[in-house]
Amino acid sequence: MAHGALMHESDDDVAVVIQDVTTGDSVKVVTLDGKEFGEVKAAENIPLGHKIALRGMDEGKKLIKYNRVIGLTTKKIVLGAHVHTQNVRSIRWEYSVNE
Amino acid sequence: MNNLKLTGYRRENGRVGVRNYVLIIPVDDISNAAVEGVASLIRGTYPLTHPYGRLQFGDDLDLTFDTLIGTGRNPNIAAAVVVGIEPKWTERIAAGIAETGKPVSSFSIERYGDLKTIEMAARKAMEFSQWASELQREPIELGELWVSAKCGESDTTLGLASNPTIGRVFERMIEAGSTAIIGETTEVTGAEDKIRDACINQEVADEFMKTFQDYQDFVIGTGANLLGSQPTEGNIRGGLTTIEEKALGNVEKMGRNKMVSVLKPAEAPKEPGMHFMDSSSAAAEMVTLCAAGGAVLHFFTTGQGNIIGNPIIPVMKISANPLTISTMSEHIDVDVSDILRLEMNLDQAADKTMEMMARNVNGRLTAAEVLRHEEFVITKLYRSA
Repeated sequence: MAHGALMHESDDDVAVVIQDVTTGDSVKVVTLDGKEFGEVKAAENIPLGHKIALRGMDEGKKLIKYNRVIGLTTKKIVLGAHVHTQNVRSIRWEYSVNE
Repeated sequence: MNNLKLTGYRRENGRVGVRNYVLIIPVDDISNAAVEGVASLIRGTYPLTHPYGRLQFGDDLDLTFDTLIGTGRNPNIAAAVVVGIEPKWTERIAAGIAETGKPVSSFSIERYGDLKTIEMAARKAMEFSQWASELQREPIELGELWVSAKCGESDTTLGLASNPTIGRVFERMIEAGSTAIIGETTEVTGAEDKIRDACINQEVADEFMKTFQDYQDFVIGTGANLLGSQPTEGNIRGGLTTIEEKALGNVEKMGRNKMVSVLKPAEAPKEPGMHFMDSSSAAAEMVTLCAAGGAVLHFFTTGQGNIIGNPIIPVMKISANPLTISTMSEHIDVDVSDILRLEMNLDQAADKTMEMMARNVNGRLTAAEVLRHEEFVITKLYRSA
């Protein structure tokens, strides 16, 4: 089966789906250099280019992509969930949200 | 990739252009009508209309001057006619362009009126246009090209594919001696340390961090809510969640190059290599500043489909988003979506991009040029007096 999502670095919390994903789909995840991470079952619909959670995460966790912190989780996130503005916010421009 | 056959127009100052326009430049908004009059009469000329140039002052006025002069100085311009309401500022812009050695003539409207001014300027524009029409392309080296890059309507495909492709292209071009400009000062928020660490020495690193912090302070000082502005609604629709995520994808355009200088908006680089220009992240403003700084071709990576162009430099669109490539195909010059399928590596993507660059340098019109995307937008720093 061809891969359905790409991750930048092998320790990232999220991968980017490269086609629209439907709830229940099994998504094969690989790194950009082709290393297999495994398969993740989509917990909800995720559009092309959006992020899928590669592990369950508590609220208040620093979210890792590019092996870097890209934001803070604002809710508990389950494995396979759609990770986006509904559950992650910027740390750098914190003042610009929460309004 | 150094087997690319490239041709261009070698200008009086030795710089190389890839287009050959006669530019009719209004100094101010109220001279647009005369400039359009000249351009409509004379084939081969382009009217660079814009809404500013009156009652500006300080840094804001300087930037408008630098942008108009830099645009006229760009090697894609064979000759320029400058038209303003009064002679003093008009001659100041003409003199800035004339330093390059290219033919320039200036006309002011007061004491003549639009109609006489149009006649005088059109006669000069006709002379320039016929002269420029006989200029010949000649072989040029890759290292003679000055180029720039920016992304727009970004999404997650930029960090995965199209921006690292440009990074690889820039590594090759800079090794060949080219000059490259990137920028977007607020849009590197969260990845500014990557640019700082790429600076060639501590002095450049300090200057970069000061430039970065000044722009942050300006944005924060407005007290405005940036949610929906950075990342943009388009970015969010494309899957980018935070400015940090967007920035980490953005800086992939640098490749493994060293940053040799920090440029003021519209400032021309003084040496080959990669330069960071202090600039807005708004596409038309940033590309206009790069062209004023001397870039003759722009690489524009897009995810969701920014359609921007520029009147004097070809803007090449590179995308890896399969949905955008299929629904907006007329806007995309280079498709690197095979990277997402792991069916193309970065070297192959860079080859494909540079082959298209060579065609565009040699005269192929980019998608944005054919579609008449001619967004010339002066960066306005604050309101006029």
